[in-house]
Amino acid sequence: MSSLSYDPNWTQTLTTSFMTRAFIAGLCIAVAAGIIGYFTIARQSTFAAHALAHIGLPGATGAVLLGLPVSFGMGAFALGGALVIAGLGKRASQREIATGTVLAFATGLGLYFARLSSSASQQFQSILFGSILTISPNQIVGFIVFDVILLAIMAVVYRPMLFSSLDEQVAQAKGVPITLMNVLFMAILAGVITITVPAVGTLLIFALVVTPAATANMMTASPFASMVTAMVICLISIWGGLILATMFPAPPSFAIVTLSTLFWIIMKIVEAVRNR
Amino acid sequence: MAHTDTTGACITCTDASIKRGNKLIWSEGTFTIPRGSVTAIVGTNGAGKTTLMKAELGLIPLATGSMEVLGKPAGQMNSHIGYVPQTYTTEVDSSLTAEQSVLLGLTGTRFGIHIVTKAQKRKAYEAMEFIGIADKAKMRLSELSGGLRQRVAIAQALVSDPELLMLDEPLANLDLVSQRATVHILAKLNRELHMTIQAVAHDLNMLLPILTGAVYLLDGHPHYANLNKVLDSRLLTHLYGTNVQVVTTPQGDMFVKPTSDRLPNVSQHTHKAEELAFLHNTGTTPKGQA
Repeated sequence: MSSLSYDPNWTQTLTTSFMTRAFIAGLCIAVAAGIIGYFTIARQSTFAAHALAHIGLPGATGAVLLGLPVSFGMGAFALGGALVIAGLGKRASQREIATGTVLAFATGLGLYFARLSSSASQQFQSILFGSILTISPNQIVGFIVFDVILLAIMAVVYRPMLFSSLDEQVAQAKGVPITLMNVLFMAILAGVITITVPAVGTLLIFALVVTPAATANMMTASPFASMVTAMVICLISIWGGLILATMFPAPPSFAIVTLSTLFWIIMKIVEAVRNR
Repeated sequence: MAHTDTTGACITCTDASIKRGNKLIWSEGTFTIPRGSVTAIVGTNGAGKTTLMKAELGLIPLATGSMEVLGKPAGQMNSHIGYVPQTYTTEVDSSLTAEQSVLLGLTGTRFGIHIVTKAQKRKAYEAMEFIGIADKAKMRLSELSGGLRQRVAIAQALVSDPELLMLDEPLANLDLVSQRATVHILAKLNRELHMTIQAVAHDLNMLLPILTGAVYLLDGHPHYANLNKVLDSRLLTHLYGTNVQVVTTPQGDMFVKPTSDRLPNVSQHTHKAEELAFLHNTGTTPKGQA
């Protein structure tokens, strides 16, 4: 493949079944990432989000080694890591050195597991950088189930979760169970990361979970509106990225992350001009 | 804004003590703070001022003794308490508007799906109006100064009609204008809504004009005293471990200061407790003593 070429048959490619699955997966990911992204920023846990993806890496490659589904190992390790971070308290998610050290070690361990078998080695790159075009029908079902559960939980805990994220001390004094909220948040974050990794991989996940939420925060001030806006930005990034990567053959992850970053930069400039 | 009962005790502490791990923070806390009072919790750094406030909120368990707040064991009446922690001092990157932050004081504890009602929005607006920040309702917290963010936090505490307002270091890191504004707001809350107010403070001076008493953490024990007693120079000297003088300016303003550095053009003399109580109540110097 040359540097940048145009595929004249791109509309046909878009109608294939793997493309349809990629679009549906993108929708599921956008809904989940839009919600959790807002809370991740409000709780100042963005680095923890980045770290959880890496903590999931040895789980993912280890699962391949054992012949288990990638998402299963990824989810188990991310959830385990999330619960440990939650157990250490909310401040722990802000402890950058400890988190960074653990994520580096986890990435190394992931590499080690990947080199132990040829099948894990083959999947290593797609776990790191995503492969949204190879998502299976079973994974789609899993994504939809996850989104339904997430929306159901959010319908119940939305306001206390918001209060504890934005004003933890006051929320605690007012009787909000902040420990439960913290554990729940971390567990949901682990879940969102697990379903987002197949799209963009562990290395680029920040751009889908955190960046759209940050862009949305600049566009609107209401938490609910911000979550919906983040979903839309995330969706445009994924769908737009898929279309662009089909028109001009390129890795979809690259196109998705580029769009997400582009929206963020545009809003940063708009904000800078607005505040001048 | 409901008028609250101004008779009787607001906080009653009986032989209370608090431990963190094996370390005794303070002990033998026995005091009663009346309703309708404005008290400061004073003491040196690390004396356990914030710990006392958290115990009153039931967030830290007592090692011994008992503590009643608004007639129930500490922690049970928290829905009637407004709490303003010191978080306004940290830089916020929050996109939240002042109005939404205040609304969380009404809606933040409710599980399930609730649409914010007109009545709730009106209530939030009234609280912001009372605090004098109604014009800032649509501004983001990240756009507001520390002083204004603190007033948003007070409005958030106020919106649920508390009987008792607790503030942790309400004047720390604020400039003089913001300090004065906060003191005026606290005075107004106490005067017009008969709210009992308690503030952790390491500097008494700005609060002096409105204080009716203070809880002072001295030698590892909390005590409560009316203003005239706590403003005794010898007691303050003992409390802070450095020489402290109570001083009045010719205008009748009083302040607490270390004795070493003398201010020019200010006549300084220490006051007797009775004299200060008189000053506090009337704002003038008693005849024959000036």
